Amino acid sequence: MKDAARVGSLTVKPPPFDYSAPDTLEEALFVLGEAGDEARPLAGGQSLVPLLSLRLARPSRLVDLAGITALKALDTAGGHLAVGAMVREREAERDERVRSLAPVLADALPLIGHPAIRSRGTIGGSLSHADPAAELPAVALVLEAELVAESRARGRRSIPAADFFTGFFTTALAPDELLTTLRVPSSAPGTGWAVDEVARRHGDFAIVGAAAMVRLDTSTGRIEEARLALAGVGDTPVRLPETEQMLAGAEPADGAFADAAENTMTRLSPPADVHGSAAYRRHVAGVLARRTLKLAAQRAREAA
Amino acid sequence: MTSFDVELTVNGVPRRGSVEARRTLADFLREDLGLTGTHLGCEHGVCGACTVLVDGEPARSCLMLAVQARGADVRTVEGLAPDGEMNRLQEAMWDSHGFQCGFCTPGFLMQITALLAESPEPTEAEVREALSGNICRCTGYESIVNGVLLAADAAISHE
Ligand SMILES: Cc1cc2nc3c(=O)[nH]c(=O)nc-3n(C[C@H](O)[C@H](O)[C@H](O)COP(=O)(O)OP(=O)(O)OC[C@H]3O[C@@H](n4cnc5c(N)ncnc54)[C@H](O)[C@@H]3O)c2cc1C
Ligand code: FES
Ligand code: FES
Repeated sequence: MKDAARVGSLTVKPPPFDYSAPDTLEEALFVLGEAGDEARPLAGGQSLVPLLSLRLARPSRLVDLAGITALKALDTAGGHLAVGAMVREREAERDERVRSLAPVLADALPLIGHPAIRSRGTIGGSLSHADPAAELPAVALVLEAELVAESRARGRRSIPAADFFTGFFTTALAPDELLTTLRVPSSAPGTGWAVDEVARRHGDFAIVGAAAMVRLDTSTGRIEEARLALAGVGDTPVRLPETEQMLAGAEPADGAFADAAENTMTRLSPPADVHGSAAYRRHVAGVLARRTLKLAAQRAREAA
Repeated sequence: MTSFDVELTVNGVPRRGSVEARRTLADFLREDLGLTGTHLGCEHGVCGACTVLVDGEPARSCLMLAVQARGADVRTVEGLAPDGEMNRLQEAMWDSHGFQCGFCTPGFLMQITALLAESPEPTEAEVREALSGNICRCTGYESIVNGVLLAADAAISHE
């Protein structure tokens, strides 16, 4: 791959492109609106710059979002967590408000890459990049988050996470549109959560990742609501509604989670690659479904 | 293509240059500023050799454009020994045989500098976690981890 990217005697270098660094969201949207799909937003660069260096992406202009203060806000008005697209992964990981309002997000962040990746990489960049093996898209699904997008031509709209990830590295965002905010609805008190993944080495992209949330009925102790989302098992992160429905009303006992894991496995047709066959991924997905659902239920019980 | 003026601070010294937008911070440091202590291995973010500190946080200089570093406070391995005297971390790495060919060392040193600034008494597990993104093909990592723990101990007994 590296040889392909060599140019004469130079080592790996991005192709030429133009660059603007707007100070305001309006200005950024204006530039993107004028440039059409020739321009690409630049957030932390941790996915985009490698693509440029390997010449897998050739935008004519990068629009650097780092100077836009409005995109760096982390807000908790009304008990709802709203994370600006340009909040760095490392910053969110250290933020107590993220931990208390969205613990499933807080637990997922340290699983992304390495510290030096997270100090540059952003929440909005990871969601917009939509790597099917990435942690945050699965977490956005399990949280039933809303992704707020804005363009000059069509203004602001809010996209449910369930509609945002439309395909392999593909989202509902139009080329002239920016993701501005991740909005996380507040969880009911006593909601348990868990995130887990299997990767070749610590910090690598997950082969399979899982995020679960479970709420128990406080009077009966039965499962009131269970949510499960997986990464690395398809073109997009996936929610498992059938598995979730199986658990609604069930005792939070090992048997129920084992059945849920079985059900999860039958619903998946994961891809095969050098990191694992489809059968291996399906097996790991079952194991992670069982573990995360069980831990989430345990945490829900402790919180009750 | 348009050129962009870049003004930043490197190891406490104001520096400037004029670059194409596609120039990475790594190439800017090495080729425009002559600071070749920052090494380039993979040039796409996976090896960690090019790690520098940007406003105190570790960052891959191969994944940052020089234009993105405008106004930033950048620290490179050269800044660890400004008077040619190795600092405590460098001494500890030397004492623990924390490098062999030395290619990965600048990246490790900067990542470790960031770790020790944030948590001066890391556990071994924290050290391993913090260094998970830096690849070394020579040492087998044990001596590097020992060097970090030694540096942390030395810092504590020094107080
Ligand atoms: C060695 C290494 C290991 C990694 N490991 C992991 C991992 O384990 N898990 C994981 O999830 N990620 C991993 N990453 C990727 C990392 O999380 C990236 O930071 C993230 O995927 C992209 O975020 P960014 O801010 O760097 O975005 P950029 O790279 O700047 O942008 C990514 C894409 O999103 C678009 N974009 C960015 N922001 C917006 C916006 N606000 N609106 C619209 N479009 C936008 C860009 O145009 C680009 O197409 C790794 C990266 C590296 C180099
Ligand atoms: S050269 Fe930058 S990470 Fe390998
Ligand atoms: S000492 Fe040779 S790569 Fe680490």
